[in-house]
Amino acid sequence: MGIKVIKTPECSKRKKVWIQMGAILAALVITSLFIMAIGHNPFKVYFSMLEGALGTPYRLKETLVKVIPLLITALGIAVAFKMKFWNIGAEGQILMGAFGASYMALNFDYLPKVVVLTMMIIAGMICGGLWGLIPGYLKAQFNTNETIITLMMNYIALKWIIYLQYGPWKDPSSLGFPKVANFKDSATLPNVFGVHIGWILALILVIIIYIFLNHTKKGYEITVLGESENTARYAGIHVKNVILIAIFISGALAGLSGMIEASAVSNTLNMEVAGGMGYSAIIVAWLSGLSAPIIAIVAVLFAVLIQGGAYIQTAFQIPQSAADIIQAMILFCVLGSQFFIQYKIVFYKYTLHSEKGGHTI
Amino acid sequence: MNQTVAVELKGITKTFGTVVANEKVNLTVQKGEIHALLGENGAGKSTLVNMLSGLYSPDGGYIYIRGKRVQLTSPKQAIEYGIGMVHQHFKLVESFTAKENIIAGKRDTWFTTHKHIEDKILSLCEKYDLKVELSKRVEDMSVGEKQMLEIIKVLYQGADILILDEPTAVLTPQEVERLFNIIRKMKEQDCAVILITHKLHEVMAICDKVSVLRRGENVATVKIAETTPTQLVELMVGRPTDLAIQNYKVAFGEPIYKVNNLTVKDKENVSVLDQVSFVMNTGEILGVAGVAGSGQKELCEALCGTSKISSGELIFKEQHLEGKSPREIYNRGIHIGFVPEDRLGMGLVGNMGIVDNLLLKEYYIQQGLLVNRKGLKDKANNLIHTLEVKTPGIDHPVKQLSGGNIQKVLIGRELALSPDVLVTSYPVRGLDIGAAYQIYDLLNKEKQKGVSILFVGEDLDVLMQISDRILVLCDGKVTGLVNAREITKEALGLMMAGHVQEEGGDYSGNKSYKNA
Repeated sequence: MGIKVIKTPECSKRKKVWIQMGAILAALVITSLFIMAIGHNPFKVYFSMLEGALGTPYRLKETLVKVIPLLITALGIAVAFKMKFWNIGAEGQILMGAFGASYMALNFDYLPKVVVLTMMIIAGMICGGLWGLIPGYLKAQFNTNETIITLMMNYIALKWIIYLQYGPWKDPSSLGFPKVANFKDSATLPNVFGVHIGWILALILVIIIYIFLNHTKKGYEITVLGESENTARYAGIHVKNVILIAIFISGALAGLSGMIEASAVSNTLNMEVAGGMGYSAIIVAWLSGLSAPIIAIVAVLFAVLIQGGAYIQTAFQIPQSAADIIQAMILFCVLGSQFFIQYKIVFYKYTLHSEKGGHTI
Repeated sequence: MNQTVAVELKGITKTFGTVVANEKVNLTVQKGEIHALLGENGAGKSTLVNMLSGLYSPDGGYIYIRGKRVQLTSPKQAIEYGIGMVHQHFKLVESFTAKENIIAGKRDTWFTTHKHIEDKILSLCEKYDLKVELSKRVEDMSVGEKQMLEIIKVLYQGADILILDEPTAVLTPQEVERLFNIIRKMKEQDCAVILITHKLHEVMAICDKVSVLRRGENVATVKIAETTPTQLVELMVGRPTDLAIQNYKVAFGEPIYKVNNLTVKDKENVSVLDQVSFVMNTGEILGVAGVAGSGQKELCEALCGTSKISSGELIFKEQHLEGKSPREIYNRGIHIGFVPEDRLGMGLVGNMGIVDNLLLKEYYIQQGLLVNRKGLKDKANNLIHTLEVKTPGIDHPVKQLSGGNIQKVLIGRELALSPDVLVTSYPVRGLDIGAAYQIYDLLNKEKQKGVSILFVGEDLDVLMQISDRILVLCDGKVTGLVNAREITKEALGLMMAGHVQEEGGDYSGNKSYKNA
């Protein structure tokens, strides 16, 4: 007997779905063992995760609030990833977007609400976009490694926000507590059906990005460039321009998330405004196969996982680390299942010296 | 068991996943025999010899070496049985000297400076008429020298069963002749030589026996004296095939694309094309011959505007194209079709279907911001129909098609744009014989329509048949521009090796070809 790992030629869509469902099931089974080990009933825990995320209108709203930035950021990441530009810098782009929006919110809050919010959206997108444009330019011009540079720029952005929070932007009226002043009402996104208006923006963006990537010339150029730079050059595509445009869009969407978080959720600028969302969005974008409609679905599921995980901490009095392990286990299985989409494992009998010379699987 | 048998394979089977690479192959090679393994791409030649050289293990069947059944699990073990393989892509350490490469993997002493090592190498060289500079680094060697070194390496390791995988692909005709002499010497020394090739005339010239593989099976083993090239092709392809390439004379040829003193430099500022000048005429196929890497790729890309040139002129009917991008050229109404060497990495997007690949050359001509795929569906179906492309559907990823079908999609797209000039780089490389002839046919039809075609090729027999004139490149310089009807292979070989063609030819391109 032997075991071989074989690359599978192409996986049908249906098989992909089955594999991923199987992965989630496997994750639930493995996690059950863990939950039992810490002395709880896994079924109860899973049920209350769902309950915690979706059980009451209030919890549902909270979950939706988590979906919005995840979804918008993941759309941005999908644009860059489609070009095989590995933008790990959404976290920093969110922070810089929040910074740009906050500048407008703090300095122009005497203007009418519509004007202030529009200025905030534009400033947020431009700041996020420019923050993405820096590694994009370096890549286009000097062929630097974007993974490292976007990652490093996250820390720069974070330290910049901390500096503002503890330094020049510290609210004098906060009695020495290091925090930026709360936004006035004119700089706060309004609610629609109980959830801030960001959800409408997110839904519109899903449609726009879907059309952009699949039906526009620029989207086509981005896809071609992602497949092969040589082909792009051959077709006469202006490679540098396309890189810059795509990464600007990618950063601008992350920046928009930052604006939304600062305006509607934290109501101020602080260093928690991104809170790892930029990294989670990478997982969302990747699991969705960079398809905009699927990103919307996966973003919801991901938010349920986060909210549910938070809920069981209080409901079952289990430590946060245990809740994190459950989340991580599910992600691990789903991401790990990608292996089975590309490869299959074959068990075979070793028949080197069989007279028939046959090969049996 | 007959003592003169060097290698015997019985019922060898090897599968990769669901692909059967070899099925119940039997093969016997005698000592002192040069045995050709002939077959189209993907027929299973390389898989078979890789099992003999210990790289793969067969899934079924036996291997006998000199009558003894063996199980080869590593190349090291294979070499212990005297089996040495010279790979198509050389396995040498670039920064090592010849001597270091020879003794790597076979260390008799702790020190590499022993006199007897050199003596042993030199006596081998004398025996087989090989030449090598022991202290020369591999990175400074020509392709021919590297190959020589590979051969010495396996002989030094004690091999008397040699496997040569497509050894002539990268050599000039003169180097091929030298290699053949060495192989004949090996035969005299009672070595068994297995030669993998798909060039028929080489098989006929040097081998004693030939085994033809088709779809993983050994369809026949015949003596060279008792066969003909036509029969061999029939065995390879599985049906009778006409080997002659049609060549149509086209009455009028007008100069259309002039290249003057074209120089292209690479990143290290080394000239990869040096002062290249020639003229392309309408209704003509201009062949480009040269050892691989002589500047063919750079020439094609410069002609199409996809890469930058350092100096020189590109003049299409009075219009200067130097420094223009492919789109600027197109926008001037000049259509240059380009079938690059790297089909999936450059000419097409492997993960896209035919429709989206057709879009590659059309989307920027379309109006508005959105791409329009509607009209292209008909074009795609048309292309499938006229060129007989075999695909499950027009949106099926092209990388999953066979090599011939991929090439048809690429050429079909370029032809659909009705080019004035068509640049093709190794258009039949890797295609089976049937597909190759379809491509030759297509090119000839375009030529009859008056298209000016550049054909970069590697097989001189093909080049001499399909081309009207042949441009020879060596190290980025033009070493000859000759009439394909009047030139001999030997003369081309000399030019490919750098001997500049003597003056006096009428084909330098400054005159229109119709005078020739």
